Amino acid sequence: MTETFRMDKIQPRLLDQTRQGLIGRALDRPEGRLKVAGQARYAAEMPMERLAHGVLVRSTITRGRVSEFQTGSLDGLEGVLGLWHGPKFLRNAAQGMAGAAPVQPADRVDYYGQPIALVVAESFEVARDAALRLKVTYEAERAEVDPRKASEVESEDESFGDLARAMADGAATLDRRFTTPPQVAAAMEPHACIAEWSGDRLTLHGALQMLQFNRKELADSLGIPSDNVRLLAPYVGGGFGSKLGVGPEAVAASLAARDLGRPVRVVLSRQQVFDFVLRRTETKQRLRLAADENGKITGLAHDDRVSNLPGESFSEPVNAATHFLYGGTNRSYTHEIARIHRPASGSVRAPGEAVGMLALEAAIDEMADTLGIDPLKFRLQNLPETHPETGQPYSSRALAECLEAGAAAFGWADRWPAGSRSEGPWLIGMGLAAAGRKNMLIKSSAKITLTATGAIVETDMTDIGTGTYAILTQITGEMLGLSAAQVQVRLGDTALPPASGSGGSFGASSVGSAVFLAAKKIRGHIAGLLDCAVDDLDLTDGLARGANREARLDQLIETEIVEEATIEAGALEDSHFQSGFGATFAEVAVHADTGEVRVRRMAGTFAAGRILNEKTAASQCIGGMVWGIGAALTEELLHDPRTGHVIGRDFANYHIPCHADVPQIEVTFLDERDDQANPLQSKGIGELGISGAGAAVMNAVAHAIGLRLYDYPATPDRVISALEKADR
Amino acid sequence: MRTFDYLRASSLDQAAGMIGAGATVIAGGTNLLDLMKLQVMTPAQLVDINRIPGLDEIEESSAGLRIGALVRNSDLAADLRIRRDYPVLARALLAGASGQLRNKATTGGNLLQRTRCPYFYDTAMACNKRDPGAGCSAKGGEARMTAVLGTSEHCIAAHPSDMAVAMTAMGAEVELQSANDRRTIALPDLYRLPGEQPQIENQLSAGEIITAVLLPAPRPGSIQSYRKVRDRASYAFALVSVAAVLEMHDGRIGDIALAFGGIGARPWRDPSVEAILKGEVPEAALFARAADKLFETARTEPGNAFKITLMRRTLAATLREATGLTTRSIGTDIAGEAA
Repeated sequence: MTETFRMDKIQPRLLDQTRQGLIGRALDRPEGRLKVAGQARYAAEMPMERLAHGVLVRSTITRGRVSEFQTGSLDGLEGVLGLWHGPKFLRNAAQGMAGAAPVQPADRVDYYGQPIALVVAESFEVARDAALRLKVTYEAERAEVDPRKASEVESEDESFGDLARAMADGAATLDRRFTTPPQVAAAMEPHACIAEWSGDRLTLHGALQMLQFNRKELADSLGIPSDNVRLLAPYVGGGFGSKLGVGPEAVAASLAARDLGRPVRVVLSRQQVFDFVLRRTETKQRLRLAADENGKITGLAHDDRVSNLPGESFSEPVNAATHFLYGGTNRSYTHEIARIHRPASGSVRAPGEAVGMLALEAAIDEMADTLGIDPLKFRLQNLPETHPETGQPYSSRALAECLEAGAAAFGWADRWPAGSRSEGPWLIGMGLAAAGRKNMLIKSSAKITLTATGAIVETDMTDIGTGTYAILTQITGEMLGLSAAQVQVRLGDTALPPASGSGGSFGASSVGSAVFLAAKKIRGHIAGLLDCAVDDLDLTDGLARGANREARLDQLIETEIVEEATIEAGALEDSHFQSGFGATFAEVAVHADTGEVRVRRMAGTFAAGRILNEKTAASQCIGGMVWGIGAALTEELLHDPRTGHVIGRDFANYHIPCHADVPQIEVTFLDERDDQANPLQSKGIGELGISGAGAAVMNAVAHAIGLRLYDYPATPDRVISALEKADR
Repeated sequence: MRTFDYLRASSLDQAAGMIGAGATVIAGGTNLLDLMKLQVMTPAQLVDINRIPGLDEIEESSAGLRIGALVRNSDLAADLRIRRDYPVLARALLAGASGQLRNKATTGGNLLQRTRCPYFYDTAMACNKRDPGAGCSAKGGEARMTAVLGTSEHCIAAHPSDMAVAMTAMGAEVELQSANDRRTIALPDLYRLPGEQPQIENQLSAGEIITAVLLPAPRPGSIQSYRKVRDRASYAFALVSVAAVLEMHDGRIGDIALAFGGIGARPWRDPSVEAILKGEVPEAALFARAADKLFETARTEPGNAFKITLMRRTLAATLREATGLTTRSIGTDIAGEAA
């Protein structure tokens, strides 16, 4: 075991002194070529001998018990190897970082579409047919599926100061109710795995985001020691939170593979992904704001209701950003969790901010209108000096700079009065929203082996399309004076040192810091070989220089140098409030007759500490902003009002934005170092782009038509409904 | 496994024989294969008609155009004669599906595609179209994409085609062939309303195959428009759509044909709506009267009632542009000028 480095005090900005020129650069993904050429093998693509194919069977009641699997319904189907079900099966995937088995309901059914059994066959086609043919009888029970009418509601309150007083005394007040629909992560790669046993040791190739947690979840679900489980996930085709926890397919495949003594593959169909992968909850939100005559916020309340299945620990933290974005001494929150029998909800990209800011940033915008203050100015004049509830100083916070620089670049000063500009039948509007997403550091380890020819980086960290391979290559190359080609990064294997995994925007900074620290230790060895002080050491282009000496690394390194490092959060996590910040701007056209909305321009300016790779960081922000377009305009998961079942379980019905919905998106990063965050001075970026983006689009819609919508998304029917109410 | 026989027909006669014996036709397969994977459709025999010669041509005559059943949607949309003389059809084709799907999808297959009602697609849900007598779970369910015209107690599914809406407005006919017969019917007559038997969607007799669509002679100078409103900018089925083909004479509406998508159990055309408009001076109140007429028999669900308002507004906007009350925008063309 290596000693764990705690982030208790600020570290020197070493990456500003190194001269390799890799860090921050827009380096292409080293594995990009493999991916576009179809040579990167994803979980379901691992070649296996004697592979058997499993297809999960879903429940077709909402709540109750399975009384019988009528296996006779499979009689005569050639190639069926068996049917698995029972007490180890999962109701739904584990929540992020659970590290233990999720609910294992035995014969109970808690939602329509719940996986209740696995059919395994010699071919996928036979297994699929058998899964569809299998007759199941149930004892059905009454189930509540409407979060608005739920009889079981848990509630949490939190308040500061006296909100009622602030509302009563405010020179201006606002009280608005918003709704956001359920959404899905819609990762391109469906959830998939291949399970393979060797004696009592299990190897699972999985589409998973957080391997060290997933290993424990799978082992706990199966009732075996986690040392007996090895997970492999070198490539993951998108996750967005939906692959944080081990899912029902992994447990089912493992059970069948053990019994059969053969590897078993289970790949969810797109319909099954909709049926039971954790969704984002729908929300009902109420925002109240009070301001004084100078346009200073004096009161702020954010109440919400979300839903989840009974027994799930997660609830969407809707008010996450409301706590720290704006000032105001009187603050109040109510968070309600309705226990209903829709499929379980979980973390989907930026849980909390992604939906909470849709309401918060729309309410802030309307409050500015109410006060007759430009919404940019209103935001700027309400940024608190310190965290408005805890009093913590912010670590680095360039929110004002992002708002101002973004506004200048977007041409905000030329904005016209609401509802006053049209081009033919199209009404044109401009909107903005702040972006904010809490930064985190999660315990992570990594190992570097330096040889005469280059470095190998090893960690169980995943790359879910985000660019982990690229940034770890860059950090290592930068620290050790190597080219990108001399660095090899090995990820996604629990046999390697455990890392944070990909989630919560903390992956790059957490594992990146572990790699940085391991490289720093290696720099110490090299300084020793060169006989110079480590502070004098310069490593660039394969040359070591220090104390007036110079040596080629490939001659200096006679035996390989291996170092492992582990980092975890320390005192700076509590002493300073850490968050990435930004500002998103959108220009939209709204058709005055049909209510169609087209985003014409979109731009985001972000400050997230040191940017490790301009290209992959910008891609993260662009992706987040596209999600914002979806949240504002197109995405809405539908549940049958009687059964809670997901309706329209494919991408023809669940409308993620298509190319024609997405205009040119500009992303700008402000140069920033966050010394409190970690030794890289970087902050999370994966979820920053989405946090606020949808509100910018919705605020632009409001500016275009001069009317506000409070129910997301602004599909044509909702827009024309607002227009009709205004007799337009 | 659901096995099926795959037969490849080399002639129409051969295909007709196979269909008569119960085989299901596969052409582009863009809809059928999806439905087979979900076991919404489980044909025992497929007859592939893609290699039958002569079905993929567009022929010109004094009567108009004859579009072979195997002409791909992409090729039809790109055809210069279509773009010039029938711009409403080119627009409708390009408003449908995606580039990849249009490259495969055929003219005949597009006409016969199945509804996209999500309850039809989910074999656990009751659906009279899939399982006659089972009931209709779309009623009282999430009915956003369902129809308000031509529906019945037994089925509220909407026909999803854009191409067929434009063809309906143009007065297209469909050429049908069986082993011993060939006949031509008006396109609207191809479709059956659900009534008590929503599983029977068209008037094809056993063994009949669509060989071509006949478009009447072009009407140079006619104003043509296809306006589709959907939940995203591309690759989505219509919430509502309007195909309009009309002429203006001395400030009055001359011949006019209107067809509607997204709202009907089949591509919808109602001569009584056109009669209200013909010969009249275009104005907002007239358009509203036409919309009143269109929806006289509408039956709505809570989830699809918005379609009436949306269609009223879309129709008015389309007619304003087409009749010259406002400037034309992309999607409204003058036939003969658009190539």
